[in-house]
Amino acid sequence: MALTHLQRLEAETIQIMREVVAETEKPVMLYSIGKDSSVMLHIARKAFHPAVPPFPLLHVDTTWKFKEMYAMRDRMARESGMDLIVHVNPEAQAKGINPFTHGSAVHTDIWKTQGLKQALDKYGFDAAFGGARRDEEKSRAKERVFSFRSAQHRWDPKNQRPELWRLYNTRKQKGESIRVFPLSNWTELDIWQYIYLEKIPIVPLYYSAVRPVVERDGTLIMVDDDRMPLRPGEEPMMRKVRFRTLGCYPLTGAIESPADTLEEIIAEMMTARTSEREGRVIDKDAPSSMEIKKQEGYF
Amino acid sequence: MAAAPRPDLRAIDAAIRAHVKKSLLRFNTCGSVDDGKSTLIGRLLFESKALFDDQLAALEADSKRVGTRPGELDYALLLDGLAAEREQGITIDVAYRFFSTEKRNFIVADTPGHEQYTRNMVTGASTADLSIILVDARKGVLTQTRRHSFLVRLLGIRHVVLVVNKMDLVGYSQDVFAAIETDYRKFASELGLPAVTCIPISAVKGDNILQHSAATLWYTGPTLMGLLDNVEIDETRVREQPLRLPIQWVNRPNQDFRGFAGTIVAGRLRKGDPIRVQPAGRTSRVSRLVAFDGDLEEAVAGQSITITLDDEIDISRGDLVVKADAPAEIADQFEATIVWMNEAPLLRGRTYLMKIGTKTVTATISPLKYKININTLEHAAAVKFDLNDIGVANLQLDRPIAFDPYEVNRDTGGFILVDRVTNDTVGAGMLHFALRRAHNVQWQALDVNKAARAALKGQKPCVLWYTGLSGAGKSTIANLVDKKLHSMKRHTYLLDGDNVRHGMNKDLGFTAADRVENIRRIGEMAKILIDAGLIVSTAFISPFRAERQMARALVGETEFIEIFVDTPLDVAEQRDPKGLYKKARRGELKNFTGIDSPYETPERAELRIDTTSLTPEDAADTIVAFLQSRGFLDFDEG
Repeated sequence: MALTHLQRLEAETIQIMREVVAETEKPVMLYSIGKDSSVMLHIARKAFHPAVPPFPLLHVDTTWKFKEMYAMRDRMARESGMDLIVHVNPEAQAKGINPFTHGSAVHTDIWKTQGLKQALDKYGFDAAFGGARRDEEKSRAKERVFSFRSAQHRWDPKNQRPELWRLYNTRKQKGESIRVFPLSNWTELDIWQYIYLEKIPIVPLYYSAVRPVVERDGTLIMVDDDRMPLRPGEEPMMRKVRFRTLGCYPLTGAIESPADTLEEIIAEMMTARTSEREGRVIDKDAPSSMEIKKQEGYF
Repeated sequence: MAAAPRPDLRAIDAAIRAHVKKSLLRFNTCGSVDDGKSTLIGRLLFESKALFDDQLAALEADSKRVGTRPGELDYALLLDGLAAEREQGITIDVAYRFFSTEKRNFIVADTPGHEQYTRNMVTGASTADLSIILVDARKGVLTQTRRHSFLVRLLGIRHVVLVVNKMDLVGYSQDVFAAIETDYRKFASELGLPAVTCIPISAVKGDNILQHSAATLWYTGPTLMGLLDNVEIDETRVREQPLRLPIQWVNRPNQDFRGFAGTIVAGRLRKGDPIRVQPAGRTSRVSRLVAFDGDLEEAVAGQSITITLDDEIDISRGDLVVKADAPAEIADQFEATIVWMNEAPLLRGRTYLMKIGTKTVTATISPLKYKININTLEHAAAVKFDLNDIGVANLQLDRPIAFDPYEVNRDTGGFILVDRVTNDTVGAGMLHFALRRAHNVQWQALDVNKAARAALKGQKPCVLWYTGLSGAGKSTIANLVDKKLHSMKRHTYLLDGDNVRHGMNKDLGFTAADRVENIRRIGEMAKILIDAGLIVSTAFISPFRAERQMARALVGETEFIEIFVDTPLDVAEQRDPKGLYKKARRGELKNFTGIDSPYETPERAELRIDTTSLTPEDAADTIVAFLQSRGFLDFDEG
C-alpha cells in the first residue's frame, strides 16, 4: 500500500517545519485563525511532539476579525501551550483605519502588510510560517516553499532559489527573512479532508448558521458588530450562511449554504463550482492584485 | 418553506474515507508552448474537473482578451501566473498544479521551455515520479526532445511518457506515430531510459487523454490518465531498500526525553530494530516510534517520524540512521554530475557549501572532468561550468559523509551547492560513486619500523611488485616477506595499496584513468626508495599490463621483480576479507576489479605464486629464496 496523499502531504509539511526549526534562529508561526492556520498549527504540534512547538504564534490583528475568531485564537493558544503574540499596528489604530472609510486596499495594506513588517522587525523573527497554498491563486503556484524577503520585506519573483528534492537552502544575509509555506502543496479539499480525519477544531463560522447579513456589491457581508455602518436602505437579513475563508468580517463574503456539519461542508466542497477566493473582496481590486501585494510584503 | 431533506452523513463519511485513500503521484511536463504543453495541462485540469466556475469564467474572459485561438478556450492561459510573464506571453518558472482522478491525486510541475530551462526543469523533475515528454506529431523527435530526455534520465525518473500531441493535425496517422515511436525508442535505449510509454493524443481535442479515441483505433496502449493512475510511485519502490533515516532535529523537551526526528527516505523501521548511526558507526536499538496520536509499531519511506533509542548514544542533525547490517557507504571524495544554476560560473578548485539530506559540509570541486553537450550528449573538456551547464566533476569534502549513489536513492545521493558569500543555491548534483572509500580503506600497521630502515648498507635494492586481485593475498604475503627480510637485517619498505591511497594518492579514485595515475606515482615512489637503497615491496592490484610495464620501465628491468599472486576470482571472492566483493556485486562499488573492471593477467612475471596450493608462509619463503638465488640479499663488502 502506498501512503495516502494526505499522509504524504503531512510528512512533507512536518519535514519543512523541522527544517526551519533546525536551521533558523528565531522562527514564528503566523496564525490567522482560519482553516489553513488550524491545520498548520495541528501539524506543528505533531511535528515536535512531545515537545511544544519551539516557536510562538503571531497574530497580526486588524481589530476587524470576526468575534468568533478571537475566541478560537485564545482557545488554541491555551490548548497548544504555545506563546501567542498579538500585534496591532499602533499607527493604524491611531488613525482608525477601517475598510469602510479607507477601502479594502488601504485597510489591508496598513493593518496587515505594514503590521506584519512591524511585528517581524519588532521581535526579530528570521523565519515566519504562513499557511498559503499554491492552489489558491495563480501567482502562488510559482512561489517557493522557502520565500526570501529583503530587509525591506520585499519579494522578488524573478530571483527565487531553485528547490530540488527535499533540500531547502535556508541561508540568508543579515536582515533578510524567510516566509515559509509548509502547506504549499495542499489543496482546499485536502485541508478540509484533513480537518475531518484529524478532528481539528475550526472556527464555527465555517459551519452554516442563521446570521445577520447584508448584500453589498453582490457579496453577502455579515454584520458582526455595530461598527459596521449600514448604507441607506440596508437592513440586516437573517440568512443561513457560512464562510469558505475567514478574514476581516467586512471584507469576507458569506455563501448561502445548508451545510452545518463538516461532512456536508466537504460534500459541498467536492461538488463546489467556485473557488474559495471568490469570497474575498481583496483579490478583486485590480488584475494581479495579489502579486502586487506580495511584492510589497503582504504575506 | 419545506426543510431540505437532511443529508446522509454516513454516506458522506464513506465517500470522504474512500476519497482520502487516494495515493499521490508527482509528475513533470517537458516540452515547449509550441508542443501544446500548457494546453495539455489545462486539458488535464479541465477533464479532471479541477476547475471551478469562476476560474472557467476567468479563463473564458482571458481567452477572449489574449487567447491565441479565437472562439476557443485557451487552456494555456490557466498556467500563466505572474503578471510580467503574462504580458510577454511566456512562462519562465516552475509552477505547480493540482488535480485528481478517482484513484489518485496529482501534483504537476510545469517546467516551461525558455531560458533557464535546464535549471527549471531539473527543479521540477527532482520530485517527479514520472515525466511527460511532449512532441508535436508534425515535427517528431527534435533536439529539444533529446535534451528533455537526457535531463529526465539524469534526474533518475523511472517512468517516461512520450506524448505525441497534435495527432489531429496529421490525420491521426498510425504511420506518423509509429515512426516517431521507433525513432524515440531507439534514442531512449541509447540513453538508458527505463520504462517508456508512447501515447498519441490531441490536447486540443482530448483524444486518448481520459478515454480511448475513436480516431486512433489502431492504438491499444493506455490513455494518458489511465497510465498516470497506475504507474508505481517512487516512494513505494524505495520502501523495499535498506533503511535510510537522515536525522533532522533532536527533540529534547526535558531531561527525560531524547528523541530523534527525521523523514525516512528509504526502507522501513520497526520498534526493536537494531540500527547504526553513520558516519560514526555506533549501534543501538529502536525503543519507540513516538507519535502525537500514540506510538507507532512501524514506519515506512516517506513518513516523518520521531524515534527514541535504547542507549544514550550521541546523535546529531546530519547523522544517518541505517539498519545495523545494511549501512550506507562512507566517503569524502566523489564523482558527481553537477547542474550549474548560477550566473557566476563554477570554477575548478572553488569551495561551496554542500547540503545533502540534513547534512551541510564544504565541498571543493576538483577536477572538472568534462561538460556534457545536452543536445548531442558529447563530452567536452571544461575549465568552468556556466549557467545551465551540466558536467561531471570530482568533489572533495571536508569530512566523510554517509551516502548512496543517486541512482539508488535521490535523497541520500542528491545534493545542492550553496555559494558561501551570496547564499544562493548555485548548483545541484547527483553522486555517482566514491573515489576514496573511507569506509573500506583500513589503515595497515606496518611491521617494520622506520628506524630499522634508516640506513642501508650491503644489499641490492629492488622492487618486489606484487599484483593480483583484491583478496588474492598480496598484502599478507608482502608483509611476511618484509618481516623475513627485516629479520635478516635487510632494509626494506612496503608500499601498500590502502596506505598509499590515504596520503600520496588521496586525490585519486578507482576509474581507469585514476588507476593509471595511481600506479605511475607508486612507480615513481618505488624508484626513489630504490635510490635510497631499500628493498621495496608494492602490493597493489595494478590490474593493467600497460601500467605494470610503465613501472618496470621507470624502475629499470634489472631491479623490477613482478610477483603474480595468482588466486582465481571465485576463491578471492569467497575470501572477501573486507566484504568488498559483496558490495561490488550489489552494485554499490563501481569499477571493482574482476567484477566490472578487468584484471589483465601478467605475461612475463618473474614469479607466480599459486595461493591455492601454497600457504602465505610457504609463499614468503619461496620469494625470499628467489631473492637469495638472484643475489639480492648478498652483502656487498666492497
